[in-house]
Amino acid sequence: MDLVRLSEYIWEMPKSGQMRVPARIYASSRLIEMAGRDQTLQQAKNVACLPGIQKMSYVMPDAHQGYGFPIGGVAAFDLDEGIISPGGVGYDINCGVRLLRTDFKESEIATRKKELLSEIFKEVPAGVGKGGVTKLSSHVLKEVLIKGARWAVDQGYGSAEDLDRTEEGGQMKEASFEFISERALERGVPQLGTLGAGNHFLEIQKVDEIYDEKVARVFGIEDKDQILVMIHCGSRGLGHQIATDYIELMENEFGFKDLPDRELINAPFKSKLGQQYYRSMCAAVNYAFANRQMIAHWVRSVFEKIMGEARGMRQIYDVCHNVAKVEKHTVNGKEKLLCVHRKGATRSFGPGRPEIPAVYRYVGQPVLIPGSMGTASYVLVGTEEAEELSFSSTAHGAGRVMSRNEALRRFRGEQIRDELAKKGIELKAASWKGVAEEAAAAYKDVDEVVKVSHETGLGKLVARLVPVGVMKG
Amino acid sequence: MNEALKVEKKYEYLPHMADAKFRAYGHSLEELLANAASALASLMWDMEKVKPVRRESIRAEASSLEQLTVKFLTEFIYLMEVKSFLLGKVESIKIEEVQKDGGKIYRLEAEAVGDDISPQYEIYGQVKAITYNEIKIEKINGDWVLEIVVDM
Repeated sequence: MDLVRLSEYIWEMPKSGQMRVPARIYASSRLIEMAGRDQTLQQAKNVACLPGIQKMSYVMPDAHQGYGFPIGGVAAFDLDEGIISPGGVGYDINCGVRLLRTDFKESEIATRKKELLSEIFKEVPAGVGKGGVTKLSSHVLKEVLIKGARWAVDQGYGSAEDLDRTEEGGQMKEASFEFISERALERGVPQLGTLGAGNHFLEIQKVDEIYDEKVARVFGIEDKDQILVMIHCGSRGLGHQIATDYIELMENEFGFKDLPDRELINAPFKSKLGQQYYRSMCAAVNYAFANRQMIAHWVRSVFEKIMGEARGMRQIYDVCHNVAKVEKHTVNGKEKLLCVHRKGATRSFGPGRPEIPAVYRYVGQPVLIPGSMGTASYVLVGTEEAEELSFSSTAHGAGRVMSRNEALRRFRGEQIRDELAKKGIELKAASWKGVAEEAAAAYKDVDEVVKVSHETGLGKLVARLVPVGVMKG
Repeated sequence: MNEALKVEKKYEYLPHMADAKFRAYGHSLEELLANAASALASLMWDMEKVKPVRRESIRAEASSLEQLTVKFLTEFIYLMEVKSFLLGKVESIKIEEVQKDGGKIYRLEAEAVGDDISPQYEIYGQVKAITYNEIKIEKINGDWVLEIVVDM
């Protein structure tokens, strides 16, 4: 493949064939070698062929092969000439991360760690086929889809302050449930307030290292060994079904003959179907915000019960990793509204952007990057450079390097539990087989991913977090 | 491998980095989809262990065989998530081509038996969605072969 190295961490594939724009990859030599092993680079080229694409088809440092678009792909489209694609968002709409801070130090919870984790495991439904604790009527579900995390706060889950510290205030205003199938709604009813399975997890973490004290302090990260809680989950079956439904609808309406990959199916953003998908996707985004809002509330209650108080527990931020959004960006010196697809990528707005909560606006948006199960996670901060580099986007995690089958052959869940225990990390899981599939060795090195982000300026390092307790769905 | 031998195999898993991919075989389209359902369910639970205590009917319509396959398989995820139904066996399946709104469509009716989700069955995997990525349905020497990737 025609790959030009522009600098240590920047690679480009020039326009060729049907490509309307070049493709650009942010990666170290090692990461680009990994991306070269699968279809990632070809997929980035395919995305560059889509109508209305602006500037470049971008690939983040943690990228791997996805469906249609690569995971770790970022592409922005003109609203009039451009498209929207369910494959550019992913099946798990608004799979994302919420991070809570506390005033506890590790030493203060050390003896109660097991109890905290067991109790969280009891309170937060996890695993496959586990329904939520709330029995929703379809009427209430529709309210959730419109109001997002705000619905949860109105019901007493957490506070309005949490909303300020959530992307979009926890509610995408364009959401509508009118174009969502009955099947998708049905899948949404039993799963609200559940963690799910796969790579989703909830971790009690401690601060391991602070790289930028000033910014960390603004985010509420003050000391080494300070306890935090990270929640990683998405819109569950509701989002998966919306993606499935709209891929079929778009195929039937527009066909896929001219597409290099069937999963690149799309609709003009302003077409009826394009708008129906967009508004349904926004509803799934809201569902996921409400989901994480409820789970965060239960975590807070467990700390109150076991520790006597949830001392200083406050939300740092909540970010989307799979989403399409209408945002203002500069193209050829002109500001314009674009439909930005981030699939396995995190928004990383720099200082001054009005979308950032007022308390963080002068430093930049918190960027939350979870590692694989039992490894380090990172807090970064968005930058001004990212606007020019990647429509203000950076990586979202580690990315797999080993198949699930291979992981199952090599690891056993119980053995992973014992190894984590030796490092002082407690593990609770719904399925040991599920744990083996998510073994850290099956993933890329997240340390290298964030280093590339930091060095290129996509997002700057603020703090490194390591787990002390892991709950896996 | 000899084609006849291959067909005796119901399905096999193929290497895939992030998710799961499988190939299913069948003497007929019906058998092909029933075997694909087994390959799908076996990614999440042990079908052999599931007792046949409940019955579910599945209906689907689609404009292509690929869409029909995706819709049919998605039903088992739906049944598990919404109706707490674990597939034990696809008992019967019928596929026909019919005319609808001036075009040809595929119509599927199937019956499946299985059991409620309960602690006696371990669910060890979660398939989020059935994808069109690298999807392939072919008739080779009179027998059917399907390749499909599922999102986990």
